[in-house]
Amino acid sequence: MSDPTINQNIRMVEHATCTFCGCVCDDMDLTVDLDAKRITKAKNACTLGRAWFAEHTIEDKPPARIDGKPATTAEAIEAAAQILARARLPIIYGLSDTTCEAQRQAVAIGDLIHGNIDTTTSVCHGPSGIAFQGVGESTATLGEIKNRADLVVYWGGNPAESHPRHFTRYAVTPKGMYIPNGRKDRYVVLADVRRTPSAPVADLFLQVKPGRDFELLWALRALVKGRKIDPSIEETTGIPLTTLETLVERMKNCRYGVLFFGMGLTMTRGRHFNSGAILALATDLNEYTHFVAKPVRGHGNVTGADNVVSWQTGYPFGVNFSRGYPRFNPGEFTTVDLLSRGEADAALIIASDPGSNFPKPAIEHLKRIPVIVLDAKDTDTSELARVAFRTATYGINTTGTVYRMDDVPITLRPAFDSPFPGDEEVLTALKDRLRELLNEKRGAALRKAA
Amino acid sequence: MGSALRITNGRVYDPANGVDGRVQDLCIQDAKVVAEVPAGARKIDATGMVVMPGGVDIHCHIAGPKVNLARKLQPEDKRLDVVSSTPYTRSGSGGIVPSTFATGYRYAAMGYTTAMEAAVTPIGARHVLEEFHDTPIIDKGFYVLLGNNVFLYRLLKEGRREEFREAVAWWVNATKAYTVKLVNPGSDELWKGRRNANISDLNENIDQFDLTPIDVIRAFIETVDDLGLPHPAHIHCNNLGHSGNATTTLDTMRAAEGRRVHIAHVQFHSYGGEPGKNPTSRGPEIADYINSHPNITADVGQVMFGKATAMTADAPLAHLLKGVSGNKWVNADTENESGCGIVPFTYQEKVYVHALQWAIGLELFLLSKDPWRILLSTDHPNGGSFTMYPKLIRLLMDRNFRNDEIRKVNQRAIRKTCLGDDLDREYTLSEIAIISRAGPARALGLKDKGHLGVGADADITIYEDDPDREKMFSTPRYVLKDGKLIIADHEFRADHEGRILHATPAYDPGIEKAIRPFFEDYYSIRFDNYAVSDRYLHNHQVIPGQVIPAVQPQ
Repeated sequence: MSDPTINQNIRMVEHATCTFCGCVCDDMDLTVDLDAKRITKAKNACTLGRAWFAEHTIEDKPPARIDGKPATTAEAIEAAAQILARARLPIIYGLSDTTCEAQRQAVAIGDLIHGNIDTTTSVCHGPSGIAFQGVGESTATLGEIKNRADLVVYWGGNPAESHPRHFTRYAVTPKGMYIPNGRKDRYVVLADVRRTPSAPVADLFLQVKPGRDFELLWALRALVKGRKIDPSIEETTGIPLTTLETLVERMKNCRYGVLFFGMGLTMTRGRHFNSGAILALATDLNEYTHFVAKPVRGHGNVTGADNVVSWQTGYPFGVNFSRGYPRFNPGEFTTVDLLSRGEADAALIIASDPGSNFPKPAIEHLKRIPVIVLDAKDTDTSELARVAFRTATYGINTTGTVYRMDDVPITLRPAFDSPFPGDEEVLTALKDRLRELLNEKRGAALRKAA
Repeated sequence: MGSALRITNGRVYDPANGVDGRVQDLCIQDAKVVAEVPAGARKIDATGMVVMPGGVDIHCHIAGPKVNLARKLQPEDKRLDVVSSTPYTRSGSGGIVPSTFATGYRYAAMGYTTAMEAAVTPIGARHVLEEFHDTPIIDKGFYVLLGNNVFLYRLLKEGRREEFREAVAWWVNATKAYTVKLVNPGSDELWKGRRNANISDLNENIDQFDLTPIDVIRAFIETVDDLGLPHPAHIHCNNLGHSGNATTTLDTMRAAEGRRVHIAHVQFHSYGGEPGKNPTSRGPEIADYINSHPNITADVGQVMFGKATAMTADAPLAHLLKGVSGNKWVNADTENESGCGIVPFTYQEKVYVHALQWAIGLELFLLSKDPWRILLSTDHPNGGSFTMYPKLIRLLMDRNFRNDEIRKVNQRAIRKTCLGDDLDREYTLSEIAIISRAGPARALGLKDKGHLGVGADADITIYEDDPDREKMFSTPRYVLKDGKLIIADHEFRADHEGRILHATPAYDPGIEKAIRPFFEDYYSIRFDNYAVSDRYLHNHQVIPGQVIPAVQPQ
């Protein structure tokens, strides 16, 4: 009997996972044209997911480039190893769009070469990580939100455009165990500095004056604790006191509330104070009812990067191994800072494009030092790299593990093979070669000393 | 490998084989203890040294979602306790919740070669297995949290016991677990669904389920026993930490009706007094009950003064400790499966309750009549770090040291216990070998561990004898894992990937038809993406089940 899922050159991949954003939806049913090596249909995908699946094809390009010239993967590994073995402060950065298996190897390399490791967390929810260390967090998996949340607040984010299925799959419209009528059983609040395409979903829209999120959150905390707030809060934040009082009553009286927050909160004035305020608000509300908070993470496996770096080193991002053990200090060991100060003397960039989105002084320094890049696509960073690997796309060409924004791990189901190696494969080979080089180097140093 | 090794002239403590300090050689071929090796085999001279099987920790929290949250939560705890890389080993960070590599190395450096992570949500199983892959040297397994599972509750409520049994077996297989863990059964629904309430009465209805905690406890004890898992239902009883909870603990143990059951960190469940008021000790009563019921094993969950971290699926308890300590707090709800709470915590000698908890743990150890069944743990990191085991061993072995320590703590608490009655018992080396090795291995059904007979895993620790037992047990001279010399002359000489230990009880695959629709309605991931594939097991070993006839209570 022939397998009904294989029809000539068409293959169906059920229950595949989209790694475009932190929603990590695992209900994709993909139609794959194996001859053309492309996904022709992604059932259940949102507009972003459809584009993600449609755009990843196999490009007719060399597997690597050294100084812009085509090279084999093996040659590129040798060149990359020579750069990293010589460097005094090599930095490793990116990691949010690759598998945990590759992330494990990246941290191992950082440990081996006494380098610095950091992820894109340091430029998105890094402040939330710092706030978490300060105040903790009451949180939940997304299925719990679907089953129970009757009050849903989004703060500083625009999921309708950034995480299109967040509303429909997890938090606003789905029916859940104690939310039998879906949307009708929930009250939805959106707080942002401008009216975005997410606003129509909300029962209440709070248009916060730019840069005043902290003041507004702190006022809510005060009201939750029964303190008096001066009506001038409206002038400060743009929101009338009566609106806040009504909202606080609603928060205290819901059965299960959730505060989702995005980079509009974490990357504006106040940063980790803002994240800390919203986490503390959720904690405070647990004196009255059940309340959780959750950062809405961007990249497909940025949560995995936080987890892997944490379990291997004890810290989530911004970790330095130059003393032979991990140290954590955001601002010192975060990549933008290491580059802007001109400290790094080599860079290994994995599945990320700092060359396009970092501040100018950081990019200028990247141009001065040898850069090694692993990416499935050509990017601004691969353009300036000394050694550029073209790797297979995670979730489309390779399996592996990713963590959804709520720390739920999911195994990827690849759709079709790539002629290019996966990130894990390249990094493992690079690590092994580096170990050889460093053993030689350290052996020579010992012989010299003797 | 083909490596042969002879450990010569060591004083061997192998209580499972009746060897109590006999000076003899031990032969090792590859990863196993054998009867004899060729004359040319490599030798380790253990003259004057104490040889024991590698330690086995039956209850600790070392990997997975909650552990990683607790790591991330406490950078302040790591800065002063760094773990440097060596030519053989990876770097890491220590503190009360060490990084994965540091966890493996620190267990090994203490002579422990096996540790069981005691609470993992099913949906977090992949995560724990990934961390295990980065936890070197030791063998490890985990207990899967099913005691608040909404789907299983529905089966119980509807009286579908056969399907319940199949579903429990399915879940153990789907997650690669070792056995089933219950934590505060019945509480999650009230915690999440009724404004952070808890359940305190074992006979109270669990919200809309028309079930009581005692129904749940009975069902799991029976089912896990019937499935013949190598280790029985592992239970964190209700009312942990609350005054008067000894009654709940006794009721839970009675519910076993002679079947196998393991009571976790029983110290935290041995309190008298009125709820809401200061606790007293009912340690002697709990010790008596366990002494007279051979179907029961327990680990103590000793409190050690200093830094700890409450890290538990018992979310209401963590919330209570947040209130008591004023410390930062993590709550993490897992859909349909569990709650979780984390609070950094410090046990202080002068605080009445803390001193009482410390003293009750010692009472349980000192009143135990069967060291095979009251086992060593600190419920790491809840009662204190596993790195405190050597100090705990000294407290048990050295009466003078213990009495000095007793004098340092809150005396009002000591007067509530029998420690003031000059309990003069001193554990022998053989008894220590039982509570830290042979006993946990037997309770876990690990036939090749915890002993040094022919066929045993060559997980072996060699200590230099020292009257300071804390020093002795902190720094073994040699540690072998699977016959490989990991530590020699107190230093790491090799790295090693330990095995993942798990159980695979038989089940009817037809049960998936019953489970699948529930996933479609109430989970946020697809049923087909839920079960963990074998590729997460790496180096692993299936531990066969055991069918033990129920023992009648005496």
